[in-house]
Amino acid sequence: MRIHRGARIWAVAVAGALVLSACSGAGEAPSGGSGNQPADSAPGVTDNSVVLGSHQPLTGPAAPGYSKISVAAQAMYTYINDNGGVNGRKIEYKVEDDAYNPTKTVEVVKKLVLEEQVFAIVGGLGTPTHSKVLDYLNQEGVPDLLVSSGALMWDQPQKYPMTFGYQVDYLREGKIMGKYVKDNFAGKKVGLFFQGDDVGRDTQAGLDQFIKDQVVTRQPYDPANTDVTPQMLALKSAGAEVVVCACIPSFMALTLLTSAKIAFKPQFVSSSIGADPATLTALLQDFAKRSGATVAPEQLLAGFVGAGYLPRVALTDDAWVKFFKEIHDKYIPTEAFTDTLIFGMAQAYTVGQILKAAGRDLTRRKVVETLETTELKGPALVPFAYSKESHSGYIGAYLVRNNGNGTSTVVQQPMVTDRESGEVKAAGGDRVNPDQTGLLDK
Amino acid sequence: MDQFLNLTLNGVASGAVYSALGLSLVIIYRATRVVNFAQPAFALVSAYLAYSINQATGGYWLGFAVALLAGAVMGVLTERLLVRPVRHNELGAIIVTLGLLIVLQAVAGMVWSNEPHSFPYAFDFRGDFSPNSMFVVAAVAVTAIAVLVLFKATPLGLRMRAAAFHADAARMSGVRVGLMLTLGWGIASAVGSLAGMLAVPPFIFPNVLDGVFVYALTAAVIGGLDNPLGTIIGGFVLGVGLSYVSGYLGPELVTLASLAILVIVLAVRPNGLFGKALARSV
Amino acid sequence: MSAETSETTAAPADAPPARRAAHRPAPRRNLPPVVVHLGWALVAFALLVGLTMITDPFTNLRIATIGYYLIAIAGLALLTGLNGQVSLGHGAFMFIGAYTVALLVLHLPGLPFWADLLLATVAGGLAGLLAGAAAARLHGPYLAGATLALAVGLPAITQRYPDFLGGSNGVSFSVNSQPAGLVGVVPATRWEAWVVWATALLAMVILVNMSRGRLGRSLRAVRDDEVAASLAGIHVGRTKILAFIVSSACAGLAGGLQAFLLGTAAPGSFTVALSLSLLAALVLGGLGSLWGAFWAAIAFVYFQAWAEDAADAVDLPVNVENNLPLALYGTVLILVILLFPAGIHGGITRLRAALKTSRQGRSGRSEGES
Repeated sequence: MRIHRGARIWAVAVAGALVLSACSGAGEAPSGGSGNQPADSAPGVTDNSVVLGSHQPLTGPAAPGYSKISVAAQAMYTYINDNGGVNGRKIEYKVEDDAYNPTKTVEVVKKLVLEEQVFAIVGGLGTPTHSKVLDYLNQEGVPDLLVSSGALMWDQPQKYPMTFGYQVDYLREGKIMGKYVKDNFAGKKVGLFFQGDDVGRDTQAGLDQFIKDQVVTRQPYDPANTDVTPQMLALKSAGAEVVVCACIPSFMALTLLTSAKIAFKPQFVSSSIGADPATLTALLQDFAKRSGATVAPEQLLAGFVGAGYLPRVALTDDAWVKFFKEIHDKYIPTEAFTDTLIFGMAQAYTVGQILKAAGRDLTRRKVVETLETTELKGPALVPFAYSKESHSGYIGAYLVRNNGNGTSTVVQQPMVTDRESGEVKAAGGDRVNPDQTGLLDK
Repeated sequence: MDQFLNLTLNGVASGAVYSALGLSLVIIYRATRVVNFAQPAFALVSAYLAYSINQATGGYWLGFAVALLAGAVMGVLTERLLVRPVRHNELGAIIVTLGLLIVLQAVAGMVWSNEPHSFPYAFDFRGDFSPNSMFVVAAVAVTAIAVLVLFKATPLGLRMRAAAFHADAARMSGVRVGLMLTLGWGIASAVGSLAGMLAVPPFIFPNVLDGVFVYALTAAVIGGLDNPLGTIIGGFVLGVGLSYVSGYLGPELVTLASLAILVIVLAVRPNGLFGKALARSV
Repeated sequence: MSAETSETTAAPADAPPARRAAHRPAPRRNLPPVVVHLGWALVAFALLVGLTMITDPFTNLRIATIGYYLIAIAGLALLTGLNGQVSLGHGAFMFIGAYTVALLVLHLPGLPFWADLLLATVAGGLAGLLAGAAAARLHGPYLAGATLALAVGLPAITQRYPDFLGGSNGVSFSVNSQPAGLVGVVPATRWEAWVVWATALLAMVILVNMSRGRLGRSLRAVRDDEVAASLAGIHVGRTKILAFIVSSACAGLAGGLQAFLLGTAAPGSFTVALSLSLLAALVLGGLGSLWGAFWAAIAFVYFQAWAEDAADAVDLPVNVENNLPLALYGTVLILVILLFPAGIHGGITRLRAALKTSRQGRSGRSEGES
């Protein structure tokens, strides 16, 4: 009888397997078509509103530094809505928290698309998170605009026609920083400190085009491990005189503190993701109390060179900074006014510009076409690369040095470059003021 | 070898923190046979209170004292209200403390936001073995000695040990068992808050103590969950060992190394290096 | 896995009559439990198919999510509930299953999907064998601490081998699992829910039969008193390891199904919070029986969704709104343990017993049976 019962189970299992073996190989391309929605559709659009969605880390270990972007964006959308909206439509902005957990990202994005019926996803944040929804969004024909990450994978118009990058990618930034170091610190020893994933890889690829022979040591960090002393010690013992960093803000602050701890004072050059001086100062400000004046944030940041592509808080005379500050003071006065806030507002402003340029007759296909064919001039000091062939966002950056006394100096003017081995050259073009973009025209 | 010395000193300082937090876990475990998952949350909230006081007054030590007190209060309240009803349900006690951990972390995020805030060190943090690191090690050493002396050499400690070891017999000898258990939780949580104050710098945010907690629990398990001295040794060993792994093999291997050390120790001594196996009653 | 079940479904005393029953219809004999369970599983599957037809695609996704968490939590129920080994590291086995499926789809694309799932199950089981062997002499908090270290440490492998395992970005892939005839006819989310639940129901049938048979009795005996069990002839170490193997195989299968649903495997999905949540959900659902796993899976998915919707509905300051779902979750955990220690299933059992008090003389049934 045992054999009989066992036999029954085997029989069931084999039958089940035979049924399931009607399927073809799991990794092979599907034989039928995929469920593409016609791109002329416009879910989430009514006569007087358009619904946009985004996924960002609002809680969890990665939230520090990023949880304010959506607050800033919402303030910008509220400002636009209060002034009549875009083409007569108000923007409804739904942000979902994915806690930087890719599983959650997939869930919330599907929720936004299927349940909330958003028109487009804007500013999805993070490489490990957003890369999980690329296939889905493109299959479903959902515009995936202005991804908040410098990875290269957003620029694949053939494979992902609905996806467009936003911030300057790590490779281009690496090239621009590399040129700066080569021009200004030729012959000096260079150490690299970077996040141990595509941020670090792509940045190094760019840097290596210019300063490969100057690099004496390459130190990665793991975001889960906040003790960077071993890496700093290694940089010090290799004799690095310049340290190029591709780090998120908390790790940049840790780097500055730890190097002060071991009395290591190289020239720091940081990519834009970790260079916001207000954020860094906020993270560093309490250490002076115990440890003397030389550890005040101003001292720790003195000489720090960071990359950027948007106007920064320090430029109080810049028309865009004044504009953003007005919105900040009116809608979110209790938040600290930092470059991160400017990032959120500038990105939201760009979204508004895209919708405006697409016109009153709004469909998903139209938005994508608009982005590929329209030149958007906005707050940044470098242009976008959007075209039929390229879905890269900003294509350049400038470098600014913090003078340690509250002022800063631009040490390399805005430069643009490509993703291959093309040269780094000055960004041309003119910049417009907020009132010249026509965003709020009726 | 300069790097070796620096890594060792770095490891000693982090190991001190693991020891302190591990010690708080062990005190509670010895008293009530519960692994207090909410311990890092008590330490977190205490540190946040210290942060607010520092911001308001510009000082440091007042906040430090308040943190220790707050930790003790949270421990006492938790034992009385949440743990006592579920003491005999081992898994239930774990889940209750786990729920408390989640709630406290969320409340911290609500009150102080999820953004990181700058949090000062007690002393100057610069130097290969900075004044702050010396303070960390000294504070932990003093606390550990105080706790050991308390348990082994004072009448109060004797009563606490009796209450933990055999509650009924202790009760019959006139020990107020409930009070002893509550006191144990209070002392343990104050020690945990000390560990938090030492571990949190340079930034405070709701998940800052998660990693430290895992290493502290590992240290407690390595040393033996019913042996405070073993835990302290375990903490220092773990801190130094992980520092070498980070420096010589790579920072991404630290958590794996922690797992490997744990597995090796438990394979040889399933009750930790210094733990005692309980006799099983048949 | 099938080989084990063949030894556990029979009670020795029934042996001779059942053999005769297999050859001759005997209207008064009961069908063997396995067949009964498979029958119920088919009924349940039919109900599920109907449910997915009438609900929208996003709810189908949620239904599918409940399905794979059901498998993971049921495995944990076997290990922790029936066998008393507290594991805080179940997420690590889901991690193994997810990456197995991901790497197989990417590197061996010709394998049919059910083979990938099977291999994910096997991979989970192998990992469970190693973990169980290491854990066999541990008990209580030592086991908890060791499994916690596993949950934290194992996903870090992806950082060490970033080229093969994709680093912190993980791996992405598309799974082609629909037979050619159904593509376009059945929407993807509905098909995915069917695949997940067909697998889940099959796994549950196997688990239920294990837990009612000899293995189940051995597990419970070891949980209740190791010394007595070993005096009764049960090999304690082997039983504990077997519990680990079965439960981690379930977790591996669940991880593989999760990878299938999401099209991705990444270390950021397998946090310590996942492992702890699985355990918490299990206790919420009811520790003593596999039915508890069912309630647990539903609670796991829907509680989060409900908490997030509740937070959205009320207009709160940003910091409060972001953290409210977690605060609610923690509070519910505490309240349930304090007020309903036997979980949802315990509550239902008590209700059923109360309705039967006229028949039963006792005041309540024990919750140790599954």
